[in-house]
Amino acid sequence: MVVSFVSIFLLNTITLFANEKAAVAKEEGSFNVTETILEHIKDDHSWHLWGHTTISLPVILYTPAGFEVFSSANLVNEHHEPVVYKGNFDYKLVEGKTKIVNAAGDVDELASKKLWDFSITKNVASLFISVIILLLVVLTAAGAYKKTGIKSAPKGLQSFMEPIVLFVRDEIALPNIGAKRHAKYMPFLLTIFFLILTNNFLGLIPLFPGGANVSGNIAFTMTLAVCVFIVVNLSSNKNYWEHIFWMPGMHWSMKLFLAPIELIGVFNKPISLMIRLFANITAGHILVLSLVCLIFIFKTVYAAAVAVPFVIFIFLIELLVAFLQAYIFTMLTAMYIGMASEEAHHDHH
Amino acid sequence: MFLEINPLVLPDIGLVFWNTVAFLGLLVVLGKFAWKPMLKAISDREKGIEDSLAKADKMKADLSAMQNENEALLTKAREERATLIKEAKEASEKMVAEAKDKAKSEYERIVADAQVAINQQKNAALTEVKNQVGSLVVEVAEKVLRRELTNKAEQEAYIKQLADGVKLN
Repeated sequence: MVVSFVSIFLLNTITLFANEKAAVAKEEGSFNVTETILEHIKDDHSWHLWGHTTISLPVILYTPAGFEVFSSANLVNEHHEPVVYKGNFDYKLVEGKTKIVNAAGDVDELASKKLWDFSITKNVASLFISVIILLLVVLTAAGAYKKTGIKSAPKGLQSFMEPIVLFVRDEIALPNIGAKRHAKYMPFLLTIFFLILTNNFLGLIPLFPGGANVSGNIAFTMTLAVCVFIVVNLSSNKNYWEHIFWMPGMHWSMKLFLAPIELIGVFNKPISLMIRLFANITAGHILVLSLVCLIFIFKTVYAAAVAVPFVIFIFLIELLVAFLQAYIFTMLTAMYIGMASEEAHHDHH
Repeated sequence: MFLEINPLVLPDIGLVFWNTVAFLGLLVVLGKFAWKPMLKAISDREKGIEDSLAKADKMKADLSAMQNENEALLTKAREERATLIKEAKEASEKMVAEAKDKAKSEYERIVADAQVAINQQKNAALTEVKNQVGSLVVEVAEKVLRRELTNKAEQEAYIKQLADGVKLN
């Protein structure tokens, strides 16, 4: 948690710094670290592969005039500078986000509020790639059971998947939810675990199809956290709510005091899930990028002698973090489900 | 506001929407076609292994119980055989002894019977000899008496003749 808060604080400072200094930096024509790093971490409408090769992704907009689909190539000129695209409205990219502009080229805030951007951005495309990878890998592994039956030892992909599935079952679901109810939640936990894990790993690969920062995006972690919130509350029982609103075994004044705190906890749990994953993955990316940027800051190739070993070191840690964060997210999800569905037992309070 | 200052913590509706679609799609597809069959296969296999181990243990126990039973049966059979042999030996010895006794008593009885019969016959023979001798003596005496009256010489010759004529059986 401390790490998360520190990273959030750090991020905020970096962004503030970026906003203030961006203009200055551009005028000077010098290298802007913050801008470079944020560009890599933020979502984008196009996917930069290498050099001047860029994939233009489809832009899908919903405005009061209906749906509109066009290529993101229309929003930039040959120098990758934002230009106005005339569709149902005049669209222009402002800091990477699609906005409606008026005839003068200024952002029309009122109209932009009615603009819903469902574009296939870099993150969405990367997410789809991870979904395809997951479908291929997991369905192949699951198909092996049909082919070879249960009598033979697992082989190939199956033997890669089975220990992880068993890990999720034996180390995450069983201890936290219990033997009686865990089976119902296994598909949910496994899907969450593998989706986060795949996106964490894809995010660490610097080249296509990796390179996007999906699991370090607040929208991604928020969606998962909301799903967890829904599942936890759907599996809650009377005992759980009693412990929140009217803690048994306490004086009535204590009960009144505890109720709001416990109620905050109901929302706090998924929010902490959301921030933890987002902050950890984003912080890792920022660290690696910052170390790489050292070379450009010092404007000498010899800085690489220091930077590259550090980058490799951080990368190795990030590999661990990628697995760890997927584990922690799933673990806490299982724990929240277990807490919400725990049967009443009055032997201790 | 905090969210507006920092674009990183401002969630885009696009990614939220597509991620919801992707996650729910994955959950449904993988849940139905991958996780459930996989978990079922794994638990089936675990159950199979458990059952097999339990079965093997049970068979082992059964086998050792059977072996013990066999051992007990064998010991019992051996004991039975020993007692049977012993009994048979005793019976045969008894029979032999009885037969011996019986033969001995029979023999003694026969000998006794024979002796009795011999004695009886001997007595009968002696009585008959006595009777015959008596009657002969009477006959001879009668004849002698008759001759004496006539001739002395002839009398003596006659006696002699008579004496010759007597043949003791």
